[in-house]
Amino acid sequence: MSGHIKKKQKKEMPPVNTASLPDIVFMLLFFFMVTTVMREVEMKVTNDIPQASEIQKLENKSLITYIYVGQPMPKYEARFGSQSRIQLNDAFASLDDIQGFVVQDRDKHDEVEQKLMTVSIKADKNTKMGLIGDIKTELRKAQALKISYASKPVGNMDDYYTR
Amino acid sequence: MAKKKRAIPEINAGSMADIAFLLLIFFLVTTTMDANKGINRKLPPWDPDRPIEDNPIKERNIFTVLINSNDDILVENEYANLKDLRDKAVEFILNNGKGDCDYCTGGLRSPLSSDNPQKAVISLQNDKGTSYEMYIKVQNELVAAYEVVRNQLSMERHGKPYKELTSEDDIKAIQEAFPQIISEAEPLNLG
Repeated sequence: MSGHIKKKQKKEMPPVNTASLPDIVFMLLFFFMVTTVMREVEMKVTNDIPQASEIQKLENKSLITYIYVGQPMPKYEARFGSQSRIQLNDAFASLDDIQGFVVQDRDKHDEVEQKLMTVSIKADKNTKMGLIGDIKTELRKAQALKISYASKPVGNMDDYYTR
Repeated sequence: MAKKKRAIPEINAGSMADIAFLLLIFFLVTTTMDANKGINRKLPPWDPDRPIEDNPIKERNIFTVLINSNDDILVENEYANLKDLRDKAVEFILNNGKGDCDYCTGGLRSPLSSDNPQKAVISLQNDKGTSYEMYIKVQNELVAAYEVVRNQLSMERHGKPYKELTSEDDIKAIQEAFPQIISEAEPLNLG
């Protein structure tokens, strides 16, 4: 009997309690779900946007229409050449498609929201201004006058001024 | 038979972490930290039969910025560096040639530059071959110039930077004091 009481189990390292691991991982998961945006379109053009210091954040993602401009990615080069092209949604487009695209996107919203709609021009920094100018003309014709030139913050100010 | 009372077996939650990890990795891969930032601008309305301006803007009230296809900048008919553009634009906006702008501190009052900030127009003209990168840099400097003068006025009037103003009226007053007038002409073939 006395042995029963005295008998102690062999001391082992207690296993680390991993019960809270799922909670931690879920927390991370929710963080990423909330802070990130789904990649909406497949990029078919190069899109290295220029740097700028006077940038403003665009609010309300649903009110932004995106126009991508850049050189076709290597795998599309055979079919579309290396000249800068416009991409609307998932497809290459021509200048004539812009008006229809913008108007269609605008018609999805009511009148109050339509006034707040912005067109974000996400153009590669190597694009020539001839094409950008043409896009701006098309946007003016489509009455889409609020635009934003997508740019990223400047990393190194010294490099910024030298080219 | 002596059977133990059957207890509902506990669900094994050991794989929960794995499932959550899988989801986590999925979201990490499929999403981008895509901040929608950029230089906001307003385009002029499209009006092909707009009548030709009756009273043209005086030459001294226009600050011309030209960018050619080699990305060289010509400011007021002189070669300029990107670095100096901001200061030149600030000088032009604050010039106060007529002397009726009482908040234009540091104005040079040159008769060859702008009358007052309300009349000062920055005209930006680029070539079809200008690179978009240079164009954005120049736009950025011009917007920055307005930001500089607005900030200066805000510090004088309210003691804090323009960006930190909260009252709508204060912001509007400063915007009216230094209206951002950047006019863009159709791109040319300057060569």
